[in-house]
Amino acid sequence: MNMVQPQGTAKVRSRGLDVFYGEKQALFGVDLDIRAGEVTALIGPSGCGKSTFLRCINRMNDLVDGARVAGSLTLDGDDIYDRSVDVVQLRAKVGMVFQKPNPFPKSIYDNVAYGPRIHGKAADQSELDEIVMTSLEKAGLLKEVKDRLQESGTGLSGGQQQRLCIARAIAVEPEIVLMDEPCSALDPIATAKVEELIDELRENYTIVIVTHSMQQAARVSQRTAFFHLGKLIEVGDTEQIFTNPQEPLTQGYITGRFG
Amino acid sequence: MQTLLLAVTLLLLTSLAFRAGRKRAFAMADGAPRNLHSLPGYYGSWVALWSGLPAFAILIAWLMLEPSLVRTLVISDLPAAMQELPTEKIDVLINEVRNAAQGHATANPDLAIAADHYIRLRQIGFAAMTAVSVAMALAGAAFAYRRIEPQLRARPRVEATVNIFLVASSTVAIFTTVGIVLSLLFEAMRFFNMVGFIDFLFGLNWSPQMATRSDQVGSSGAFGMVPLFTGTMLITLISMVVALPLGLFSAIYMSEYAQPRIRAIAKPALEILAGIPTVVFGFFAVITVAPLIHSAGEVFGLAVASESAMAAGIVMGITLIPLISSLSDDVITAVPHSLREGAYGLGATKSETIKQVVLPAALPGIVGGVLLAVSRAIGETMIVVMAAGLSAKLTFNPLEAVTTVTVQIVTLLVGDTEFDSPKTLAAFALGLMLFAITLGLNVVALHIVQKYREKYD
Repeated sequence: MNMVQPQGTAKVRSRGLDVFYGEKQALFGVDLDIRAGEVTALIGPSGCGKSTFLRCINRMNDLVDGARVAGSLTLDGDDIYDRSVDVVQLRAKVGMVFQKPNPFPKSIYDNVAYGPRIHGKAADQSELDEIVMTSLEKAGLLKEVKDRLQESGTGLSGGQQQRLCIARAIAVEPEIVLMDEPCSALDPIATAKVEELIDELRENYTIVIVTHSMQQAARVSQRTAFFHLGKLIEVGDTEQIFTNPQEPLTQGYITGRFG
Repeated sequence: MQTLLLAVTLLLLTSLAFRAGRKRAFAMADGAPRNLHSLPGYYGSWVALWSGLPAFAILIAWLMLEPSLVRTLVISDLPAAMQELPTEKIDVLINEVRNAAQGHATANPDLAIAADHYIRLRQIGFAAMTAVSVAMALAGAAFAYRRIEPQLRARPRVEATVNIFLVASSTVAIFTTVGIVLSLLFEAMRFFNMVGFIDFLFGLNWSPQMATRSDQVGSSGAFGMVPLFTGTMLITLISMVVALPLGLFSAIYMSEYAQPRIRAIAKPALEILAGIPTVVFGFFAVITVAPLIHSAGEVFGLAVASESAMAAGIVMGITLIPLISSLSDDVITAVPHSLREGAYGLGATKSETIKQVVLPAALPGIVGGVLLAVSRAIGETMIVVMAAGLSAKLTFNPLEAVTTVTVQIVTLLVGDTEFDSPKTLAAFALGLMLFAITLGLNVVALHIVQKYREKYD
């Protein structure tokens, strides 16, 4: 019943993906393709496994004690959970933005420069400056902070902090950006800015966003996947999911009957 | 014994008052506490307070005033010749009267009479006090009991009383501290009247003795505290060199790397280290570490004193490991998980995350913990008394014996002391300096720790 995309367009492809936290199974045989150059929204009620799926893509679940993954999950055809995969390099390719803005207690400049530094992206200081400026520019933050790059990143407003975290993520030049409810801690104006930014970033990055807001999913994404109780119920073009869902569960969720 | 019995009786009355008050409140409410302003227990407590507080106030006042009152009365009954004696002599007489009252025979018939008088006075006094306090307990209970009514705001009143108790308790602690500081200050002032403040603060010689006769040879004492403070600083420095890396690394291991099972064993084990009395560490320093350093020094052809700053410093450092480690562990664990995830999400390795994100975020807390450890090291006494030596030499060589401020305070005050010579009073001046330094360090440390706390809450 899941709509499988033709091979070739899929950046990330999962087949029969099971995830366990200790005894508890969080995902049940998920088959899902994330297409390159699109924004894919993962929606569903709390505890449905959408964040778990997201955190499999950059192996953040490795940090959780007792987490176990079965099935296949590939990035450009390479198995993400293969033993030969270096997590550090994987995460350089798959950036992440978290629910709560989490800038490091360092200067704005050092926050953005952190990723390029640990991955040796810049040959010299001027190149690093260049990367930092471009990333801040892309994150739509440069104008607001260019005069205070040496001030602490934690002193910014919530919305600015979140855009700083986005700048920090894209400074590493990832291919995919994962966003775990990036606007849930922000006010409506900051949310609108971040959503605008997501739309712009789509040109250069493949984006996967977990959101609780169906309006947000409708606004920013091209494809939407609906999860329920650890299972992928339905995936399709966002417009189709919100106007003509095929599954009664999806219908129920988007019309607000549960969730 | 009698007093104890009385106190128990009063407590019993108070608890009866509580029960009576609660029962009456229930009765007033027709068995439904919602008709009352406060819960019935508060009415009980209110009656109990009225019963207990005045009675115990009288008991305590009597215990405090009785000795001097009885004494005055006994003295006024002594023969006139005795009354005109100087105060010290009268003190001796009163002591003899007390002894006689306890059954020891006295040769002086006047004093035997006085002893009888003394016994009688105490009996009368106690009987009167018992009667008054029990009466107060009953009267207070009755007064409060009759005023119980559903509208009575019992809870706020009880809570206000409890509040006063709490304030009084903290006041006791604060005033004790103030008292100690003031006594230090006054004794130190007396010292500075005899020895110049500048001489004390910047003098390079410490040899605390005073001539008993003016023509004595080598009679002039020297009270320069610099050698003592360099000794203290030297040992503190050595202890930090030992404790800081060991404590910090063990904290990083415990909080970031250790499996929960290992952590569950290792953390309490480290805390046991903190529970060992410092005098035991003193043995360890004298019997094990000092000879070890001595023989190690011989291998390299270095002259090492049998008591050395090194031995004391190393052992003191070991005692400080648990403090630094557990404080650092706490602040490292308190660094929000989201920061770690942020670093991992950018592809940072575990060690990069710890070095570049977790430790910088925890740094203010760690610094605060280290400053607390430093002030502990400066004030530490037992280990240095046992292992550092007594020679007040101005040296920075850790292999020599040095002495510290605390060691000198101990030596100045041990044994028979007269409280009007600079030798003894110097201890207070040293104590004051020590207090000022550790207080300063603690204030700075707490300030840093607090600033850190504000950041993530």
